[in-house]
Amino acid sequence: MADVMTKKHTHEPAITIAKRDDLVWWKAWLIRLAAILIGFLLMGFVSMMLTKVSLGEVFSMMIRGAFGRLFEGGKATMLWKFLQETAILLCLTLAVTPAFKMKFWNCGAEGQALMGGLGAMICMLELDGVTPWLHTVLAVVLGIVFGAVWGLIPALFKAWYGTNETLFTLMMNYVATQLVAYYVLIASKGLTVIRPVETGALPVLGNQKFLLNILVVAVTMVVLYFYLKYSKQGYEIAVVGESQNTARYIGINVKKVIIRTMVISGAIAGLAGVLLVAGTDHSINTHTVGGLGFTAIMVSWLGLFNPYIMAAMSALVVFLNIGAAKVADTFFLNSSYADIVAGVVILFVVGCEFFIRYSVKFRHTKKEARS
Amino acid sequence: MSTVPAIELQNITKTFGSVVANKSVSLTVNRGEILSILGENGSGKTTLMNMISGIYFPDEGQIFIDGEEAVIASPKDAFDYKIGMIHQHFKLVDVFTATENIVLGLKEEGRYNLKAAQKKVQDICERYGFDVDPKKKIYTMSVSEKQTVEIVKVLYRGADILILDEPTAVLTPQETQKLFAVLRRMRDDGKAIIIITHKLHEVLSLSDKVAVLRKGEYVGTVNTAETNESELTEMMVGKKISLNIERSEPQNVTPRLEVHHIDCTNREGVLVLDDVSFTANAGEILGIAGIAGSGQRELLEAIAGLQKLDSGAVLYNNPQTGNMDNLCSKTPLQIRELGVRLSFVPEDRLGMGLVGNMDIIDNMMLRSYTKGKGMFLERKAPKDLAEHIIEDLEVVTPSATTPVRRLSGGNVQKVLVGREIAASPTVLMAAYPVRGLDINSSYTIYNLLNDQKERGVAVIFVGEDLDVLLELCDRILVIGSGRVTGVVDARTATKEEIGLLMTKTEGDAQHG
Amino acid sequence: MITAFIQSSIPLGVPLLFGSVGEIVTEKSGHLNLGIPGIMYAGGIGGVIGAFLYEQACGNQLANMNPFLAVIIPLLVSILFSVLMGLLYSFLTVTLRANQNVTGLAITTFGIGLGNFFGGSLVKLTNSELPSVILTKTSGFFRASLPFADDLGWFGRIFLSHDFLTYVSIVIAIVVSLILNRTRIGLNLRSVGESPATADAAGINVTRYKYTATCLGSAIAGLGGLQYVMAYANGVWSNDAFGDRGWMAIALVIFAIWKPLLAIAGSFLFGALCNINNYLPGLGIETKELFKMLPYIVTVVVLIITSMRKKREYQPPQSLGLAYFREER
Repeated sequence: MADVMTKKHTHEPAITIAKRDDLVWWKAWLIRLAAILIGFLLMGFVSMMLTKVSLGEVFSMMIRGAFGRLFEGGKATMLWKFLQETAILLCLTLAVTPAFKMKFWNCGAEGQALMGGLGAMICMLELDGVTPWLHTVLAVVLGIVFGAVWGLIPALFKAWYGTNETLFTLMMNYVATQLVAYYVLIASKGLTVIRPVETGALPVLGNQKFLLNILVVAVTMVVLYFYLKYSKQGYEIAVVGESQNTARYIGINVKKVIIRTMVISGAIAGLAGVLLVAGTDHSINTHTVGGLGFTAIMVSWLGLFNPYIMAAMSALVVFLNIGAAKVADTFFLNSSYADIVAGVVILFVVGCEFFIRYSVKFRHTKKEARS
Repeated sequence: MSTVPAIELQNITKTFGSVVANKSVSLTVNRGEILSILGENGSGKTTLMNMISGIYFPDEGQIFIDGEEAVIASPKDAFDYKIGMIHQHFKLVDVFTATENIVLGLKEEGRYNLKAAQKKVQDICERYGFDVDPKKKIYTMSVSEKQTVEIVKVLYRGADILILDEPTAVLTPQETQKLFAVLRRMRDDGKAIIIITHKLHEVLSLSDKVAVLRKGEYVGTVNTAETNESELTEMMVGKKISLNIERSEPQNVTPRLEVHHIDCTNREGVLVLDDVSFTANAGEILGIAGIAGSGQRELLEAIAGLQKLDSGAVLYNNPQTGNMDNLCSKTPLQIRELGVRLSFVPEDRLGMGLVGNMDIIDNMMLRSYTKGKGMFLERKAPKDLAEHIIEDLEVVTPSATTPVRRLSGGNVQKVLVGREIAASPTVLMAAYPVRGLDINSSYTIYNLLNDQKERGVAVIFVGEDLDVLLELCDRILVIGSGRVTGVVDARTATKEEIGLLMTKTEGDAQHG
Repeated sequence: MITAFIQSSIPLGVPLLFGSVGEIVTEKSGHLNLGIPGIMYAGGIGGVIGAFLYEQACGNQLANMNPFLAVIIPLLVSILFSVLMGLLYSFLTVTLRANQNVTGLAITTFGIGLGNFFGGSLVKLTNSELPSVILTKTSGFFRASLPFADDLGWFGRIFLSHDFLTYVSIVIAIVVSLILNRTRIGLNLRSVGESPATADAAGINVTRYKYTATCLGSAIAGLGGLQYVMAYANGVWSNDAFGDRGWMAIALVIFAIWKPLLAIAGSFLFGALCNINNYLPGLGIETKELFKMLPYIVTVVVLIITSMRKKREYQPPQSLGLAYFREER
């Protein structure tokens, strides 16, 4: 050992990093789980310091915030709300996923959903003298069409000129916001709030206000899973996303795929807007989507293009949000505390991918082994 | 001259994950000496040199420079030891000028002064006889100009140990001679030069010593004067092999594809194909030779329907209908619908021919996914095809569901060529199909092409190694700057003749 | 009327200028930092916290406050906050090579959350009726302008009547432009963004350049948040008031084709676009909402036009958004 130490290895790198892509799937998931856990614990300790209660109490409060007193024999009201929020976030996540698989950074789910909601709202308010079921159908269709169009516009320019879609879709969000602000002022005759209307609204299933929304999203999730994995169009999306050159080489019309996929993406986001407006609020304002369109981008990426994993990730994020909001509420912390908690946990999950894709070795152990 | 070697490597080992790239390699280079590092593709030559230039760090072993142990943890450390490497894939910033690239990363005394640097660049150019415009942007340069910039860059830094990685791969025979003259001049200046190559005749004509690597292991060093081609080959491959490609006489030669006066402008507005005409015959291998970037890629892509043409026609003599179909301005899909069985092995295997992140089965599906009714995919036939190819072409892979990115270069190419041949084509185009392949895989590919030729396929082979072109093809079409500069009979032409045609200027271009 | 329009538009452009110059510095190192909107929030709230603590320490008495400290403390705290955010982003994207888009968005969520959390908490501490933190005294120091500006007519009002951060933003833009184009450091930085492998082989410490550029860019962008709250908003912090200026700043980078000098022109143009609905006569409140779209629509039009120009020099740094790993094979 001693003679090794005398050699000068002073500026030799202490850590070596090597790429790996053969990590077994369960180890990868173990790493992700650990990252979520560490994020949770860290935020738990921060909460502990802010609120001066024990860690266990913080977590039980979060659980109570998300599910109410369900586990203590209480009513399921909170659980339904939790499922509803998960469903809406999942719907937006599903919306951006086909685009992401195509490496089209659709950051415009927020605006596409808002436009979907606006379409539904316009139909609900302005249409007169149609049979109720037709009114609802028209509201749904118009909402989806609005969302699809909002997705189509950036796609057209991306397909023809290669226009940067990240910023284009972002800007479209704010245009949508202003359109909604404009319409709210018009429709409310300057009152700034549209009073909820029942005409054209989605029906309520089994006395449970959120049930239909949840079912619709569940069906969308399964359909999208099969579409991406087993359909010819899903295969085309994957090829275009991996390499546009390959796509052209085998004769895929890349422009057509970009446009078609973004219409689908916008339409699903539009559907989320319809569910919010025609299915839940029966009204609209500029905060109807409330930033979920942005959260969806992160959830989609965390979901590894698999709709089922996305469902789990959506539930996690919603749990963090509602749970942390409950903690904040109880201890008179600001409601933005929830954003911080969710942000930190997501950053941990984003960061942990490194340990899945690279292996880190410390050099000195190797040196000793050699001598 | 001192007897202490300029560089001495002792027991260098480097692994990437589970792949051992270099295993206990030791070698030495003296000043005033040119050392060739000879080895097949994938034998670890570049990895070894990257460790001297600070790109990689060895897992084990020591490097001595002028007798002192050196720790080279970054390219900067390498500069401090006056080591300069000219990489095979040039390390230049496209939007910078030559001078900006040359001074990049330097910490010179005084203010940042581009004018003074330009002067110094010009001095170096005059000294060694280079021809570079210091103010020219890299993206407007030809490959050989870029290489010159790389060499000047290394000299500007005062390097006296030079490493060149496959420097002749993209040069014409004439440019190669010029480069060798410069290298000899540098050697006589007292510099130590290491040149990585897999071309035997270059080794023999240029270097003083040859170090041979095989599958990451060091085989030995011999003096060039005391060796010959067959001994080197044996050291390199590990067994005696004959380096002859069996070329059969063409049978039933009929015109299959006629290209008439095509012009093509690329996205930057440059004319990349200028009035190109030729005929590819069934039962024949037509070689295409030219300096890299002379329009070879655009030509093949134009035939495959991937490149828009300004004018001209690509006529396909359909053996089934007897019709002449014009493929011009049709998409690949429309071409296939015409019943034209055109297969294409593109230069960029993982970026165009295959999808690296997909497995072998999904890559088979690229050609066939539209088949079958309904909106869902048919996976049975591609799976069978994948297994068939793995067995027939001896593809080394854990399974058919392994992403092709994880396969070695030779196996990737077998998957691609296998898929393209499986479509039983009437025209088969292959661009640089053996680039980066070891000798055995290369011969597998040559045999497959010959086999297709004997079946009456019109084979078009774009190559860079003129020796191979002359041995494999029946006719060779030479292009220079997007124009056809000649068509020669591969059985009688010489390398120098083709080299001259490759650089022929516009004025004396002829049509073939 | 026109003078008033221009005079009131300029402060609106300043946060955009800080933001876009910060983003240019970052993008030149090959990192698309979508966390800039969050970082600008963090910079803003950092300034608020600094100012709040100093005002408290002085017993809320204007007479006790030292003008120099009143400015430098918020400034330093603001820079500290944004650099920490930049450090977090760099650690994730440079060292851990995480996806830049997702990391950036998460940083933005986190930064806005942080801003609103501290903002809301400070509001609670002051027991104020209003949902905002009011730091008029500190703002007074930030807003100090040349005393004779108003005497010089329209010239004075347009060019000389602004807070000092306005001039700082222009100076920073010019200095950044000079560094990028006229110095060795600038050349090295550009090469890192264009081709990190080339820079690395040329002996440039790629990791250090990426970290430094990202953190410096964040610090510059954060000043935009500070200027907004201390000068433009008269020292009043309300949650979410900063809005989406960060996104507009990122879009401006494309508008300016990665040139800080063009960013100056672009920022003030965008400031004017944001302001125009207040100065066009005869607009109803609904129509005003439509006019507020203008900056976004102009951004979209600019995006489209730049994408149609194919000239090599107008393109983003070639390695923008890609992680660099030296031993990539």
